[in-house]
Parts: sequence; structure tokens; C-alpha cells
Amino acid sequence: MTIAPDKPTAEVAVPEGHVKLIIDGVEVIAPKGELLIRTAERLGTVIPRFCDHPLLEPAGACRQCLVEVEMGGRPMPKPQASCTMTVADGMVVKTQLTSPVADKAQQGVMELLLINHPLDCPICDKGGECPLQNQAIAHGRSDSRFHEHKRTFPKPINISTQVLLDRERCVLCQRCTRFSAQIAGDPFIELLERGAQQQIGTAQEKPFQSYFSGNTIQICPVGALTSAAYRFRARPFDLVSTPSVCEHCSSGCAERTDWRRGKVQRKLAGDDPQVNEEWICDKGRFAFRYATTADRIKRPLVRDEETGELRESSWTEALQVAAAGLAAARDANGVGVLTGGRLTVEDAYAYSKFARIALRTNDIDFRARPHSAEELEFLSGTTVFTDPDNGVTFQGIEKAPAALLVAFEPEEEAPIVFLRLRKAARKGTKVFHLGQFTTPAVEKTLGTLLACVPGAEANALNALPEHASDVVDLLGKPGAVILVGERAAEIPGAFTAVAKLAERTGAKVAWIPRRAGERGALAVGAVPNLLPGGRHVANASARTEVERTWGVEEGTIPATPGRDTTGILEAAANGELSGLVVGGVDPFDLPDPALAEKALAQAGFIVSLELRPSAVTAHAHVVLPIAPAVEKAGSYLNWEGRRREFGTTLEGTGALPDCRVLDTLAVEMDADLFTQTPAASAADLARLGEGASSGSSLNVAAPLQSPAGAGKAVLATWHRLIGNGSLQVDEPHLAGTARPVVAKVSETTAQQFGLESGGYVTVATERGAITLPVETDDLPEGVIWLPTNSGDVTVRATLGAGHGSIVSVSGGKS
Amino acid sequence: MFESLKGFGVTFGTMFKKVVTEEYPEVKKVTAPRFHGRHQLNRHPDGLEKCVGCELCAWACPADAIFVEGGDNTEDERYSPGERYGMDYQINYLRCIGCGLCIEACPTRSLTMTNEYELADDNRQDLIFTKEDLLAPLLPGMEQPPHPMRLGENEQDYYVNGPQLAKEAQQ
Repeated sequence: MTIAPDKPTAEVAVPEGHVKLIIDGVEVIAPKGELLIRTAERLGTVIPRFCDHPLLEPAGACRQCLVEVEMGGRPMPKPQASCTMTVADGMVVKTQLTSPVADKAQQGVMELLLINHPLDCPICDKGGECPLQNQAIAHGRSDSRFHEHKRTFPKPINISTQVLLDRERCVLCQRCTRFSAQIAGDPFIELLERGAQQQIGTAQEKPFQSYFSGNTIQICPVGALTSAAYRFRARPFDLVSTPSVCEHCSSGCAERTDWRRGKVQRKLAGDDPQVNEEWICDKGRFAFRYATTADRIKRPLVRDEETGELRESSWTEALQVAAAGLAAARDANGVGVLTGGRLTVEDAYAYSKFARIALRTNDIDFRARPHSAEELEFLSGTTVFTDPDNGVTFQGIEKAPAALLVAFEPEEEAPIVFLRLRKAARKGTKVFHLGQFTTPAVEKTLGTLLACVPGAEANALNALPEHASDVVDLLGKPGAVILVGERAAEIPGAFTAVAKLAERTGAKVAWIPRRAGERGALAVGAVPNLLPGGRHVANASARTEVERTWGVEEGTIPATPGRDTTGILEAAANGELSGLVVGGVDPFDLPDPALAEKALAQAGFIVSLELRPSAVTAHAHVVLPIAPAVEKAGSYLNWEGRRREFGTTLEGTGALPDCRVLDTLAVEMDADLFTQTPAASAADLARLGEGASSGSSLNVAAPLQSPAGAGKAVLATWHRLIGNGSLQVDEPHLAGTARPVVAKVSETTAQQFGLESGGYVTVATERGAITLPVETDDLPEGVIWLPTNSGDVTVRATLGAGHGSIVSVSGGKS
Repeated sequence: MFESLKGFGVTFGTMFKKVVTEEYPEVKKVTAPRFHGRHQLNRHPDGLEKCVGCELCAWACPADAIFVEGGDNTEDERYSPGERYGMDYQINYLRCIGCGLCIEACPTRSLTMTNEYELADDNRQDLIFTKEDLLAPLLPGMEQPPHPMRLGENEQDYYVNGPQLAKEAQQ
């Protein structure tokens, strides 16, 4: 037996900026400003709490965390809330473990909270994972002294299509209102009334329309806020929780997928301080039923030679037909590969290798959206070599003195970047939006709008030193960032201007695409001019290196860069390409859907790898079903360049990832990809390592804007977070929180075209016309804004137009 | 000689003892009143289901024999008083060990056990009892759900005054 030494141990020196205090008789050193509740937690003492949340400002609303505090030898007269009190030198704290006073106070608060809390745990969705339930059992009395009638409210009420509010269960901790006001900046939910009638509520006619409302459900410590989509679906003990990564945008948020009986029941935000902290957007949380729609393709389809219709077939037959068709097309004029922007790194690598080895072409492009040669030059010269160590990160944004957002709408395109920008802005980061009007994101990031006509962003950037030298000065401070969105590809000269500005100021540049797979596809060379690892195809030694590692003959990889998406489609439309391999591409996302339709109709042989029928399926000769994100393992590369790995959530469904399908298809074509599984694919990719940058030569002049002409306006457009996206099908609750589909013009422009705010406007090109309600906002003159793909408004499909196009505008209903 | 007679003696003596043979299945054995037999999902006096789909039975089950999925009652389609009802309810009698923890867990006295013990079958599928198999039969005065609440304004009336209201309704 060891006997502890009797004499006190040597005094531990208190480091600078720290204080020494005693909690439950244990001496502890804590950084100044730390809350007592966290210091106790570090010691392993969990003080019960409801309102306290590490990412929200302290409120002291629930009073559950009372402890006894003694300062300078004098005890405080009443127990104190440890979630609002910071540590101080010489403080003596007694928690419920050592102080009967604190314990009694906590039990008293618990009893008070339970007075009006209904005992409907069996029907409450929070039952089983409810902090109130757990703490009532751990710290509460075993019976109630309260025999009167409880306060009741009609229940539940829909405060939005996806959030249900049950006011009886609420303990008024204000986590939801604080989240909405502080983190999301959507204060649509507030405390109403006073005294015993105090309750959470929304303003009349103003539902809880926030892109982040799902987080309030997750942080609610009782069952007051519940999810309409998950209502009564399952119990936590019956769910299997699998860590996963969000497949919806390029942020790569950590998630927790809860499933049972082979079906995903809900998704929750994972905790990753480097990326999404503890938040996710509603799209990431609620959009997952696309994988279980009734029309999902489960068996390979082959076009019957006699009837011309697709029929189900065996894998063997489908792969043989596909291999024979692709080999013939390759030997005729060649095959182009369109991968779409949603692939995992492993799958994109398989496409990249498949194109080079099996199809012997560089005609591969992941960009299923407007794109430009300038963009490719920028991405292949700069972006592909960024990673969290040398580039912009979420945490970098938080520390940046200034952030300039170019053609990037953070709330709609990468909501978690928006949350970080807002967090940074609240701490003093200056945020500048180079866009068209004061969007909600501009207001909520406390930002400054640098307004310009769509397409003139490059000119505006070039003119910054002259007209807004304060912005340039701020960007010159160390740590400043420039964030470029996918829309920049529609603006000639934008990337050149960004590169120039970055060079001038020293600010770091990050490219933030909208889709989860784009950054990964770029890194593994699913682009016309790059091989995996950022190696340029025109570089002979890089080519040889890749060929050697792959174990293929020298000269297999063509030496010239291939065609980009539009180039591939044009070539397919006029017979210069004989076949196409198409991943998850929606032709109506492309800059010219008519060209895509023509290309699909003209191409000699089309193999489609798809989850659900699309416009490509109608023309495909072979359709190979692939696994959705929950049924496969893999990793995404988020916009930071951070690897976001995830495992299979639903095992044994029989669905195959793209890399496995392509591997088998390649074997049929006498080529070995070695990508049978995502793990094998990742290992094969790792063997290649990274190439060296050959630098980029961006030199695209910003065009001079010509006036739009009478009856015409310049179109500004971008995608909304919640719209017609193909991963958002079958989600009525989510769709209900989409923002209203309206066009926006300035007041002067409205007068010019004879439009009334609240009336209708018709926007037309030679392809077609869209009529929709119109609102006035602070846009530049002669500019009209439309959501790209929301509700009935499908700018690309109907108008064939994009950001910066000239459209005719007329008033009234057509 | 004496030894063999002794053996016959035992046989002869047994003829006058009480018979232990069960005449099953001709004569069914009456079980003890609290025998743990097949489960039953009870109803309120107007026929609405007592089950609220809370899954506490499934939680309590040590053999993982019970599967429950809750559903949302609407004004047009009501199966139980209150917000929630058991949309899907299955007990797998291949797994059930008859311990009765599930009926102890049930907060609404919906799940109880009958004395029925004839639970053998020749295939596995038929031994997974679904809600239709488990629901108590409709007694006189009961109505097949879905139907609106007949015995009160809300679920409180059912839980607090249920038996009283049923008695009044019958008179």
C-alpha cells in the first residue's frame, strides 16, 4: 500500500493569463475568462445544465447549474449559476458533489422546471435522448409535490414546415432563440409574453424560415422543438448511429446518420471544430430520401436492339454490351467522359484512370455547370495545390481581418462557410461581397456590398485599388482571404482579376464550389488538362511518372489536353466523338442544355452511371446503377482541400460504388484500374502522390460591358440552397422552407420596364420565357435577378441563359 | 420370485394414484391466472387503441423480439387518443421468452399478456405476430378505428376518466 505524503506538494506556478481556484477541494488552474461550468467539466465534474452551450453566449436562463461559490474567504449569499460566472483567483467552488446547498438548489430548480413539463415522455420524440429526462432521473426528486393542473397549450404548432413547437415541454432555456440570433442571424423565433405565460413563438405570418432551423431541434434540451420529417419515426436506442460526411456541398460537414432496418431515419450534425463546429444546414440535415425514391435504378439497364427500349439485364450482359460499345466508339472517334460534380475522391479517380487507360483520352471534365478555360487554368495552376496547411481554412476565415467574396453567395452555396463568416464578422472581420444586391447573407455577415452589373465583376475587381482603396488595404493585412464562387466561371476575366488582386495584396484565395465532389475531382485529374495530383498532361515527365505507377505502356496517356464539358458535348453533337460516359449529370445544369440534348441524341454510344432516371437515361444505351453516398465508403475533398473520409452507413444493400463498376467495366475492356473498392482506389491514388505545380498563366482581359439595349436587362442568377436540386427530391418538409421564388430589380429599372413590386415580370430569351412575381431591391440599373433553379424558374433549361446574359424583360403576366 | 412381485406391486399401486397425464389437446389445460401467454394490445372502451407507439416495450425486451414504429394521428384518421399511435407493431414469438418485462414497461396498459399458450407453428413467418394478430377483439360498444375520440375532448379524458366515461356511455 502506498501512503500519500503528508506534507503538501510544491506550489504549482500559475501561468500567465491563468488563475488558481478550488473546485470540490481540488486545486485547479484555469485560463482567465473560462466559465466555471467548463472548468468543472475539465475536472470530470458534470454540473447539470440546459441553457448552457459552448458555442452560444452564456444566458443563465435555466438556473440548473447552481453551485456554491466563496470569494476571498466570504461565501456568496446564494448559490450562483456556474454557466455565467467566470473563474477568479482564490475562488472556492462547491458543486452538487460536495455541497448540500448546491445539491438542494439544483433539485429545487429541477422541481420548478418539471411543474409545467408534461409527463408525455412516451410520445415525445426526444424521449431516450432527452437531457431533461436524464437529469430528472439523475438529480431530481423521485416524486412530485405538485398536484395542481399543469399549464397547457395547444400542441404541436408548425413554426415552419420542418420544425414543430410544443410549448408545454419548453423550459425556456433560450438555446433556440440564441442560436437563431447569434449563430444563424435569423431571429424569427423569440420569447413571447411574460411570467407564467412566457413562451417561445414566431411572429404572425412570419414562419421560422431559416436555412439552419434544424440545428435548433438538435440543441433543444427538451422535446419542445421536434422535426416534422422525423416525427415518431424511431427511438434512439433502436437507431444505429454512423458517423458520415455530408454529400450536399463542398464544406464536407461531419454528420451522424441514424438508421434502422436498412433505412436512414435522420441526420444530425457531427462535432468537428475544424469544419462545421456543431452545426449543419437544413439541406444536409433533411435531404436524404433521394436514395430511397421509388424510381431508383437498382438493376443494370440495356437498350434492347429490337424494341429500342431499355430493359433490365444482368450485370454480366450490361458490362459486356457497355465494354463492346465503348471499345468500338473509342476506336472510331473516341469517347468523352462527363463525371458530374458529386463523386467521392475514390470514384472520381476511377473515372480519371478509366478515361486515360481504358478510353485513352483526356476528354474528361467534372464540371457539369457553366465553366471556362480561364477557370480551368486557375484551378489547375493554383487551387489544386491548396490544402489546409497552405490555403484558406474555416478557422482561417474566422481569424481573417477581412474577407472579399467574389461571385459567391455563401448562404446559398456553402452555408457553413456563411456561418463562419458571420462568426468572424461578429468578432470584427470585415466582409465585402462583390455581388449584385444586398442579399440576406450580406446583412447577416455585417458585410459591405460592392455592387456591380453581372459580368462586370472583373472590371470591378480591377478598379478596387482606385475606387475602394480601403478594401485593398484591409486585404493587404496578414490572414485576409478572397473567396471565389463557382459563378466566377461565367464572368470573363474574373479569375485573372482575382489572381492579380491576390498578388497585389497578398491575400489568400480559396475557390468554393457548390458541389461536394468538385474539389476532389480536380485533385484526381477528372479534368482535361490534369492527371492525378495536379500533374499537367502536357508535361512529359509527369505523364511518364503516372504511366509507370499505373503499370501501363508509355504513351498510353495522350499528350495534349482534352476537351472540356462544352467541347465534349459539341464534339459529340457533330460526330467528332463517338461515345460518352456520363456520371451523375443533369443536362439542365449545363450552360447550354440544348447542346447537351443534341449531343446525347447524336452520340453513337452512351453509358450512364446513375442513381435515378435522368435526361441522360432517355438516350443511354447502357445504364449502370451505382450506390448513393450512404451505401458506400469513400471521402470527399472539401473546398479547403481537407480529406473528409466516411465509411459505409448501410451495409450489404448490393449497390456498387462507381469505382467498382468502372473497374469491372475496364476489365471487360482489357484494362486494369485496381479500383475494386474505395479503399483500393484510395491506395492506388496514394501511390501517385502529388505532382509539382507548373504555374498558371492567367491572362484573360475583362471585357467592356456594352449597354443591354432597349427592353433588355442583364441577368444575374445563382442557385438557391433549397430548390430543384436532384438530391432534394421527396422532401416536402424541406421544400417548404425554400425562399420565395421572385425576380428582383431596382426601383428605377422597375419603373423603366413598367413593373410593380408584387406584380409579375416576364423574362425572355429566344429560347423561352419565364413569368414570375417581381420585387424591388438595391440592384444596379438594368439588372434583373432570378434564382437559377427554383420552383417553376429554370433559367438554364427554359432560357438557356446564365449570369451576365442579356435577357428581354416585359411587365405583367404573359 | 418376491422381487418380481414387488415390481408388479408398484404398477398395481399406481392405478389408485391421481393421474398425471394431460389429455391435451382434447382437454385444454387451464393456466394460472397470471400465466405469461400471448400478448394482446388492448383498446379503450370506444375501440381506440391504447398503444401510443412509444417503443418502451421494445426497449425493455431483453430478447429484442418487439418492433414498433410510431405514427402521427390526424383529425381525419385517428387510431388512439392523443398525437401518436403505434403504426407498426410486431412481436417475434421465435424470440420472445415470455418474461413480461414489456408489459411492465407499457405506460398505457396497452400491452398485456393473455393466458393463451398455443404458439407453435410449422414456419417462421407465421410466428411474427403483427398488429392485426395482437389487437384485442372489438367488444360490444367498440368501434373499429380510425374514428374520432368518443369518450372525451382529449387524451387526458381517456387516461384520467376513461372507465368512468365508458360506464356512463353504456348506461
